[in-house]
Amino acid sequence: MKQQIIVSGIGGQGALFLTRVIAQAAVDLDIPVLTSETHGMAQRGGTVISTIKVGDFASPLIRTGQADVGLLLWESNLAVHRPLLKPGGALLVNAETAGEGDRLDASGIARKLGNAVLSNLVLLGRAVQTKVLFCDEQTCVAAIRKLAPERFVEQNLQAFYEGLHR
Amino acid sequence: MKQPEIQLVMGNEAIAGGLLEAGCQVVAAYPGTPSTEILQAVINQRDESDVPLHIEWSVNEKVAFEVALAASYTGKRSAAIMKQVGLNVAADPFMRTAYLGVVGGMVTIVADDPGPHSSQTEQDTRLFCMQARVPVLDPSSPAEAKAMVEPAFALSEKYQRNIVLRPTTRICHSRQSVTVGAVRTIHAPSTFTPDPGRWCATPAFLPGLHTGLNNDLAAIADEPDWQPRLTSGDGSRPRQALVASGIVYAHLLDLLDELDLAGTIDLYQVLMPYPLAPTFIEKLRDGYDRVLVLEETYPVIELQLAHPGGAGKQSGAVPRVGELTPDLVHAVLADFLDLAQPAQSVPAQRGQRPSLCPGCPHRAAFYAIKQTFPEGIFPSDIGCYTLGMNLGAVHTVHCMGACISQGAGFYHAYHLDGGEVPTIVVTIGDSTFFHAGIPALINAVLQQARIIVVILDNGTTAMTGGQPVPHLGVAAGGRPTKAIAIEPLVRAAGVEHLEVCDPYDMSAFTRALKQADRYIRSDDGSVAVVISRRPCVMDPVAKKARRPVTVIVNEECLGCGICVSEFECPAVSLNEELGVAVIDQDRCIGCGVCIDVCPAQAIEIKEQ
Repeated sequence: MKQQIIVSGIGGQGALFLTRVIAQAAVDLDIPVLTSETHGMAQRGGTVISTIKVGDFASPLIRTGQADVGLLLWESNLAVHRPLLKPGGALLVNAETAGEGDRLDASGIARKLGNAVLSNLVLLGRAVQTKVLFCDEQTCVAAIRKLAPERFVEQNLQAFYEGLHR
Repeated sequence: MKQPEIQLVMGNEAIAGGLLEAGCQVVAAYPGTPSTEILQAVINQRDESDVPLHIEWSVNEKVAFEVALAASYTGKRSAAIMKQVGLNVAADPFMRTAYLGVVGGMVTIVADDPGPHSSQTEQDTRLFCMQARVPVLDPSSPAEAKAMVEPAFALSEKYQRNIVLRPTTRICHSRQSVTVGAVRTIHAPSTFTPDPGRWCATPAFLPGLHTGLNNDLAAIADEPDWQPRLTSGDGSRPRQALVASGIVYAHLLDLLDELDLAGTIDLYQVLMPYPLAPTFIEKLRDGYDRVLVLEETYPVIELQLAHPGGAGKQSGAVPRVGELTPDLVHAVLADFLDLAQPAQSVPAQRGQRPSLCPGCPHRAAFYAIKQTFPEGIFPSDIGCYTLGMNLGAVHTVHCMGACISQGAGFYHAYHLDGGEVPTIVVTIGDSTFFHAGIPALINAVLQQARIIVVILDNGTTAMTGGQPVPHLGVAAGGRPTKAIAIEPLVRAAGVEHLEVCDPYDMSAFTRALKQADRYIRSDDGSVAVVISRRPCVMDPVAKKARRPVTVIVNEECLGCGICVSEFECPAVSLNEELGVAVIDQDRCIGCGVCIDVCPAQAIEIKEQ
């Protein structure tokens, strides 16, 4: 089992949390995992990217054209991070408008749940539903339960299910 | 005792775990990306230790280093933690420590930032260590970084030398499944033995100490556990070798695997880039005609190897600037092994630039400064507020604390010419002020520099995620301590014009700036200080206190765009089609400062 995943967004959108949930799912499935994250100045509203490599890898970074899955929380990042995706790779985009990839207004859905930042888990739900990720519903739910602050667990799960059942 | 278990941890958390598992008892740091989370993780795990720990956010890196150093003199294991430019600040004690040595194991963790991603240089701590003559370790993964900590302490104790562990951004901010074990308890009662010939070494003692250092370095270079690790090739590429260290070694492993080249060529991982063993250097010289050296950021291994068939940064085979990404490693390897070059794929555009958060009090201060002094000169400093450059209110950013002295330098230069001196407004954050601003302020007053110093006091070290600052009265981990207020320090530095103001109150803040300008231009004027005080929007207490208001654009909007171009709030944008400003309610926090910015009274608070 080997899979390379990118999570792309802007600082403050919860790209880091989504990255941790996916990586935790790998740990719980007993698969080695490596991630890289953006911290520091770029986190102040700038473009951020996380990479997740599931399986037997040594480096956390992904070469151009090697990502199996792209989860884009910020549509304009397509112009920046699109080249990382391999031909035929799965692309999920949080967007209101039509365009490339499997699109879902995750922010809109999340807003209805009370906070646009939940778009990260809405998109994860969709990725699990369309079976593009290595992990299934149960693993993701367990990872969210493990990582979300206690008082937000239910809201986070709700966001995940919104994406999963849409 | 805690059973070892597999956990997903960030590189910095892994290193912290390594420190506690090695029985390190004194840990001192100053926050800086990418090193910050190490000390935070030590704090989070401190309850697992059976012995008391001393953990501190020091006021700067020099202080952190000296605190850890003296703790080591007593026999305890200690660590100082900083980012690469922090080592510049700690350079003075660091260099001398190489000669004098340590007693209890001392490891200095210096996180480098090739790229750089969040730093003012991409300097290589390994080269710094070569100049300082300090052994340095270069891990290639979070797990390896953790595994190196205990042996680093052992090496430090064996030779009584400070040892540097140098992770890079891609180690610090990677997560990996890592085995987390029990915290170790070492009972090492503090016993400092005075030894003036060593701890106070006057020049007379230094040749002897220097000789001892040279002898130890030679022995450390030959330490069997720290020799480069060879993965032998199958002989299909004879007399060629790859040599790599740090995260680049990891990139190379994945690449060789993906290209189906693993095991076809001799591959060396260098664990300790300095000092390299002469035997290793000779072995490469005799055994190989061509050697590709991959390392970040400077050619430290390549320089020591001085291989006649060496390919690297010196030879021009490897880019000399920036991070060695897997894509670059691919291109370099293809060149060296005569493989097909990877297809070039350049992103269509750069990503979105970072900016101050919506509602950031610094934005309000910068806006007022720029509006009040359109012809001003604006030296600034290191922190979130560097982003004031987006508003045109930051003209220089150099290194921690430099802005005050630079402001003074600008003043003296213009003053020499006679005539009107432009208003010089310096902006410095509260944490930066404590770190290196105080001596500069004293000097500016002493030299009668007529400048305005605005201390941007948001009550935290914001850029690195909110570490405590000295005027809060809170030490690492929430321990209460004496609060050291900014105002008395400013007054004690000889400043006679001091005003404290809330930057959200645009008219009062502007008035304070104008008063300060009148003061510096008056007959007995000197340095004026304005403290711009309002908590960071990320501060949990400030978040709770926030009133939930909705800021909207009404029909008066002319679409002039001042709120976007001059104020630069990420929550405000221009709708090109409608020709009006729109507020992104997902991002707006309702600070309402843009209401004062709009010349058409088109922004207002929507009554609930």
